[in-house]
Amino acid sequence: MKRYSDLEYLRLSKLQKFLYRLESFFCSIPVAVWHTIKKLGLAIWSFIKGIGLGIAEVVTTFKNGSKPTRLSYVIMGAGCFAHGQILRGILFLLFEIVFIFYMVTTGAYWLSMLPSLGKLGPTKDYNVILDVYTTHYHDNSFKILLYGVLTIFFIIAFIYTWWVNIRQSKTAEQILASGKKLKSGRDDLRSLVDDSFHKTLLALPMTGILVFTVMPIVFMMLVAFTNYDGAHNGYSNNLFHWVGLDNFNTMLSWTSNTSSGAQSYAATFGEVLTWTLIWAFFATFTNYFLGMMVAMAINKKGIRFKKGWRTILVMTIAIPQFISLLYVSKMFAKNGLINNFLIDMKWIDTALPFFEKASWARVTVILINIWIGIPYLMLTATGILMNIPQDLYESARIDGASGWQQYSKITLPYMLFVTGPYLLTQFTGNMNNFNVIFLLTGGAPNNPAASNSAGTVGYTDLLITWLYKITMGAESQYYLASVVGIMVFVVVALITLVAYSLLPSIKNEEDFQ
Amino acid sequence: MSDVKVQKAMKQHMGLTASRRISNTAIYIVLTVMSVIWLIPFICIVLQSFRVESTWQVGYVIPRQWGWNNYVNLANTDFWRWYTNTFVLAILTAILQTVIVLCMSYTLSRFRFKMRKPLMKFMLVLGLFPGMMTMIILYRVLADLGLTQKNSIPGLLLVYVASSGMGYYVSKGFFDTISKSLDEAARVDGANRFKVLVKIILPLSKPIVIYTVLTAFMGPWGDFVFARYISMGTSAGKNVAVGMYDWLSQDQIGKNYTMFCAGGVLVALPVTILFLFLQRYYVEGITGGAVKG
Repeated sequence: MKRYSDLEYLRLSKLQKFLYRLESFFCSIPVAVWHTIKKLGLAIWSFIKGIGLGIAEVVTTFKNGSKPTRLSYVIMGAGCFAHGQILRGILFLLFEIVFIFYMVTTGAYWLSMLPSLGKLGPTKDYNVILDVYTTHYHDNSFKILLYGVLTIFFIIAFIYTWWVNIRQSKTAEQILASGKKLKSGRDDLRSLVDDSFHKTLLALPMTGILVFTVMPIVFMMLVAFTNYDGAHNGYSNNLFHWVGLDNFNTMLSWTSNTSSGAQSYAATFGEVLTWTLIWAFFATFTNYFLGMMVAMAINKKGIRFKKGWRTILVMTIAIPQFISLLYVSKMFAKNGLINNFLIDMKWIDTALPFFEKASWARVTVILINIWIGIPYLMLTATGILMNIPQDLYESARIDGASGWQQYSKITLPYMLFVTGPYLLTQFTGNMNNFNVIFLLTGGAPNNPAASNSAGTVGYTDLLITWLYKITMGAESQYYLASVVGIMVFVVVALITLVAYSLLPSIKNEEDFQ
Repeated sequence: MSDVKVQKAMKQHMGLTASRRISNTAIYIVLTVMSVIWLIPFICIVLQSFRVESTWQVGYVIPRQWGWNNYVNLANTDFWRWYTNTFVLAILTAILQTVIVLCMSYTLSRFRFKMRKPLMKFMLVLGLFPGMMTMIILYRVLADLGLTQKNSIPGLLLVYVASSGMGYYVSKGFFDTISKSLDEAARVDGANRFKVLVKIILPLSKPIVIYTVLTAFMGPWGDFVFARYISMGTSAGKNVAVGMYDWLSQDQIGKNYTMFCAGGVLVALPVTILFLFLQRYYVEGITGGAVKG
């Protein structure tokens, strides 16, 4: 696109200015994506280079190292023992013993089964003595995948520790050579509440995240490359195995499902994604602007009972969503309070299709979401509005700016600048807003063209509720759910990347301290 | 808010210019309408929970026959069991989750170590995955540990607390606003890092501690999806959300609708009262931490 200089830009008419800015916004998206890819590539390259350097260091250390250092290549902690760091030495040695013990007893088995995910499924064997068939269970694909992944994690951790052990022995020698003293075991313990206090503090939370977030995510990403589902649960009926990219092909192919007569997965995915984006857009921006307006109204000079208004509005935050949303969904239902009331009053003859027609349902969920969402925005906006320097408004008034001008030239730009990252998290949060959709409509009304063997799909289904339905559906197609999960990640990550590179520079966090 | 009050409020502003009076009146009208809309569903729940004459959805709000039947009937279900489950779970989650979140956010705010930035980026990326995805495996793992069905409450506690470190953003934002010179002064005087945290930072962090406790306490009352999945097929291990959800299913809504309202009131009461009391801290938390991301 053609770039204007500042002078040329100022000469444009309002419409042209707007169009120019719109154009430059969209033109900068590919650039932003390209920059991120480049950054990612550089990061991967430097990671590989780091590993290379590590290996090189290991080799040279072995060549030039002293005897204890060389010994710690085989017996971890040997260097530490030789230099009098007994505590560290014991820990290293212990870790090595545990690792070897684990690998010999079970780890090797899981690792060897990982490529096949189990060879022998459950068998029905004839028992001659009792004259019955009994089922015998053998390999368990699920456990193989799970423990296989854990074993790989463990091996990586071991290699890293092994490398640290060698390095420590080497640096200990250097320190001793320069005539300084090494840290004793007591010093190490003391530093856990002082210099290395962060390690102590992070140990527990990070373990939790590793076991209950990272490991499950890695596992589920791998499931996307298997045929794990209700009929292949890996243990009691059939084993599951690797299928490569088949599931992604299914999800992204445009050939329709011949078995169920439904449209192709790709078409369904496209429809659900489109609605997810529309929903996220409206849910975010209606709440944002209305919430900001409510905050401004309540904070306006001369308005009384500020606390009272606020307290009434935050009721929707206080009351658990499953009560408020479920109740409201029943209020709007076909035979719910509102329809009954309107019919009793003879204002309408037949029930209004709040959740029965696609367009009605979509508008209704967006409107009800305003009811739930405005209070959060109101609270956030209140805090920010109070931070806007008041003299800006004063000088604007003196210059004769109208209320609208003050809003569009001072309040809005300030808000947008400060809340940029917050808006982004709101947007991605709304894309994954399971509660509102599930409790209000459960995805209804059904979209017959999109529903297939993986379950029903509705017009208000988001990707995340679709994922849930696939998981819970009759065939429990976990592999498909996993593919959808990965796609959600890709979409959200793409939006985040673009937004981050377009937002006015994310403020330096050190500024606040 | 009644019209009389609006007029009284207006009279006190007679000195203002006419245009401001008009705009303020408009604001009052809008706020009043909004307040009514905001409160209607809650008023309806409360009123319907006292309705005796029918248990089904009707076209009027004020009961024709008042009574405590619906509250009494709750005793015939597992409601109080679910209630106790959720209450215990909420309290334990509040305590443990607060400890984890504060450890995490304090560290990321105060310490500068080599892995800090990569760690934060890593968690940002992790947060982009839909949590729903991991439900299946978490279920299987908990099942292996014997923490599903009847024992799903400890199972839920484990999952909530273990993954809570990811939600450090808001309290990190708060810690960022406490001046670092305080730490440094204490360090110069010979305090170690642990003492700085306990003696200096924690006393200053009352708002964020209360905010974290409050949000952690409120979470379990509304958790639904995962709780439902791991307590499937049993009644004893459900929390209120899961238990009461079925009351509004197609085949049960006819006889359990008003009971749902009664249960809803009992669930909402403690949480709402607590929230309104601690509202100030919640606002400080959400406005302090949210915008800095």
